[in-house]
Amino acid sequence: MSQIPAAKQGHRPVAVVAFAQSHVVRAETNSNEVEMLMPVVHEVFAKAGITKDDVGFICSGSTDYLIGGPFSFVTALDAIGVWPPKSESHVEMDGAWALYEAFVRLQEGDIDIALVYGFGKSSLGDLDKIFALQLDPYTMAPLNPDLVSLAALQARVVIDQGIATEEDFAAVAARSRRSALSNEFAQVRRDDSVEDLMAEPYAVSPLRRHCLPPISDGASAIVLVAGDRAFDLVERPAWITGIDHRIETHAIGARNLAVSTSTAKAAEMAGVGEGPVDLAEVHAPFASQEAILTTALGLPSSTVINPSGGALAANALMSGGLTRIGEAAQAILDGRAKRVVAHATSGPVLQQNLVCVLEGA
Amino acid sequence: MAEPTQVFTSPHVLEYPYSRSTGPVIGSFLTALRDGVLIGIRGTGGIVIVPPTEYDPYTSEETSGIVEVGPGGVVTSWAWVADPLPQHPLQHPFAWALVQLDGADTAMLHALDAGSPEAVSTGMRVTASWKPAEERVGNIFDLRAFVPEEAK
Amino acid sequence: MSDQTYVTKDPRGPVTQLATPMRLDYLFTAGLSLSRNLRGYQRAEFVGQKCPVCGKVYVPSRGSCPVDGVALTEEVPLKNTGTVTTYCVVNVPFAGQSIKIPYICAQILLDGANLSFMGLIQECDVEDIHMGMRVEALWVDEADLVPSLASVKYFRPTGEPDADYETYREYL
Repeated sequence: MSQIPAAKQGHRPVAVVAFAQSHVVRAETNSNEVEMLMPVVHEVFAKAGITKDDVGFICSGSTDYLIGGPFSFVTALDAIGVWPPKSESHVEMDGAWALYEAFVRLQEGDIDIALVYGFGKSSLGDLDKIFALQLDPYTMAPLNPDLVSLAALQARVVIDQGIATEEDFAAVAARSRRSALSNEFAQVRRDDSVEDLMAEPYAVSPLRRHCLPPISDGASAIVLVAGDRAFDLVERPAWITGIDHRIETHAIGARNLAVSTSTAKAAEMAGVGEGPVDLAEVHAPFASQEAILTTALGLPSSTVINPSGGALAANALMSGGLTRIGEAAQAILDGRAKRVVAHATSGPVLQQNLVCVLEGA
Repeated sequence: MAEPTQVFTSPHVLEYPYSRSTGPVIGSFLTALRDGVLIGIRGTGGIVIVPPTEYDPYTSEETSGIVEVGPGGVVTSWAWVADPLPQHPLQHPFAWALVQLDGADTAMLHALDAGSPEAVSTGMRVTASWKPAEERVGNIFDLRAFVPEEAK
Repeated sequence: MSDQTYVTKDPRGPVTQLATPMRLDYLFTAGLSLSRNLRGYQRAEFVGQKCPVCGKVYVPSRGSCPVDGVALTEEVPLKNTGTVTTYCVVNVPFAGQSIKIPYICAQILLDGANLSFMGLIQECDVEDIHMGMRVEALWVDEADLVPSLASVKYFRPTGEPDADYETYREYL
């Protein structure tokens, strides 16, 4: 039996043994949330070689604001079938934070297998209005700054501080779209030249349309297994050797928007710099955010960034961060990488960030 | 089942007439806006936070001491909106701006009514443009927008 | 200006409340399974959907068996008749009420279904309603049929003998 890599934080070893995702599309009109999620859950169980009866804990990430109905995560449980009654929890955040909770739950030692999923249909509502509601309700939300405008304010600081240029943003978008050509689940799969992208008009300056993520419907799921049992299920489990998440102030005007202090701290706690990084899946919905994050993560220049195409190619809200962990883990499960980093973000302009280091045995 | 299934969709509207208690600190900010005055509050080490919060965003210590700031300030970042959305505060092209008001250590978000993107730059001086006093009610829209200082 | 709060000379006094109305517009998608059920109402038919694993028939359905977590693929036409599993009598007036109080709201288990749903009972005195009562659906006129439960005008007693408790005890 292979050795489990040492965990940075001395925790009970936990591995990703299976990852599944839906095709990410502009509008999944034929399915409600349950119908969209169910095939993904079935697939992740099949890949792990387990059934729902093997699962000791279920944790999901979603937000009711996307569907406009309360407690939509409860009805989503119909996609799993929680009878006999299951131990379950939910975060009103990206599924990456649900994975964190499941990871912590597995530390208790009484259960070995957890199911984690995230799902979101952005096609039902108006994202700009919905996400304005996450801002300060007295002085910011009433002004209704939209997602693109806030990202543009951040991008301006990135440019002003000399961290990246508009051409750099275009290069990130071009690379992401090109990488997505080999990702059948992605939504924006194109071979665009930087020159052509730079010819686009501004959406909200300094951001052009290619700097923006697509609007997407989608879901993803991961099975976590603790201890040696992971080796019973798959040949090369992706062991979580470090995981941490950090949050910054909600007051956008009190932050240096070109620097992600929370990502840097989470990366340090997760031990990103304590070994080589073969590839990193970075959750940067806007092209202008990638340089902030790769800098904060402290990634060496040899690291391959977002071979999946990342959030610029497929931006299913509430599962996009979990998909980053899944895509990074898949590289280990497939034997394509030894040590990888996954990042997830939540909140306005990178307010909250999660970093996960995964290693093969 | 041979019959192709038509999937039904239906408009669904969520509407809530929320009213929030302001508390004394945010209440002070909104009251001052109604008077055409901008205020902040002192945080740890004497920094001035605008809009004021009950706690220091960096240290989470309780804040104390209302300070008048502005009405002029400096743009720390901006984004030009050529096509305003219906919910935006201005319905003609404008810039979102983060403005660090004179006397403040943090920036606040509002619209910058500057005419064209060529008229906007990081570091430019701007000042508050108020709604007429009789129209001010104690919300963020009492401050109509920021405008370039020289235009004032 | 005091140290802790801003003092105004405005006769309206300090601001203590802020109106923050919100409105969000959505386009709800019923999904494939529920759409099959809704189309049934357009034809004055209850369409149940059967779980391929446990065989239970759900009406209405959301697209999966909540016990087995699998898609419901088989449509099962159901009759108009069912049993009252439990009920309440509404005596409280409220805004937007369209039915004269007192009226009866009941959980109805259609014959052949394994899930009850809420329906209005009419043509029945509030003193007469009871668990196990047999009821039938009365549909609206054909011209008024819509793909929703609004196609069911109400349920009314059939006059049949009560259902045996054992037939609905699982559904309480």
